[in-house]
Amino acid sequence: MVKYADVEVGAELPPASYPVARLNLVKYCGASGDFNVIHWNERIARAVGLPNVIAHGMFTMAQAARYITDWAGDPGAMTEFGVRFSAPVVVPDDDAFVSIDVSGTIDAKLDDNRVAVTLTARSGGDKVLTRSRAVVRLS
Amino acid sequence: MAVNKDYAGRSFPATEPYEVSRVEIAEFADAIGDPSPVYRDRDAAIAAGYPDVIAPPTFPIVVTMAASGQAIADPGLGINYALVVHGEQRFSYARPLHAGDVVTAQSTIETIKTLGRNVVMTTRTEVTTVSGEPVCTAYSTLVERGTAGEAE
Repeated sequence: MVKYADVEVGAELPPASYPVARLNLVKYCGASGDFNVIHWNERIARAVGLPNVIAHGMFTMAQAARYITDWAGDPGAMTEFGVRFSAPVVVPDDDAFVSIDVSGTIDAKLDDNRVAVTLTARSGGDKVLTRSRAVVRLS
Repeated sequence: MAVNKDYAGRSFPATEPYEVSRVEIAEFADAIGDPSPVYRDRDAAIAAGYPDVIAPPTFPIVVTMAASGQAIADPGLGINYALVVHGEQRFSYARPLHAGDVVTAQSTIETIKTLGRNVVMTTRTEVTTVSGEPVCTAYSTLVERGTAGEAE
């Protein structure tokens, strides 16, 4: 586990990539209860002006959360987490995976052993998460 | 149909109590592809200092959507959900949810604004155990694309 004392402001976290296929979105529909058609139905997604089916914003946010909790070593350590969904993660119905690539930088050391991390996530050449910030409590 | 801006400031009733289960947490962790044992293995969670398996940080959306969904489904608000994308999301956590928690969620529409051709709505949802312990607060920004300026 990362120790508060070992964290330096400005340090970059190791980047990580998370794969996503259409099946992941179908599973996420079921697990989250969000069955918005734009997350599984290409016909309707295109009809409402999207390039294809897109991932739930919350699916992308979950990957970014995992990035932080994997780094911190404790999935319960997060005290704040906010993201802006700046572009959709487009997930075609093919046999390839789309990649969500996450990177982060230590933004500040706060009181009570808390650390703020700013995050960026990219997919398909676009920044899909911006203005994203997590606060975690370290030991 | 245009979104009814009179709904800004409106609060919706707290949801019926929702019991967080180990099975649902594990299904959610599988769906997001996170293999962490504290989402699946009670002993691992206890060893990490939790009373039972905990839920991933974004799991509370399952509970908060049931509350904010009341607003979205309200025909008086006039949102077309197929045109809705998620603009922003933020959580402030008192602690992680864990299996066995029984919680309710209570939503308030904070603002409804027009931004170009889009309608932007922000909601705040409080997640609280049935015994009154705060668990987290979720702030959502939803964007209905391209409908602003349509006939009121």
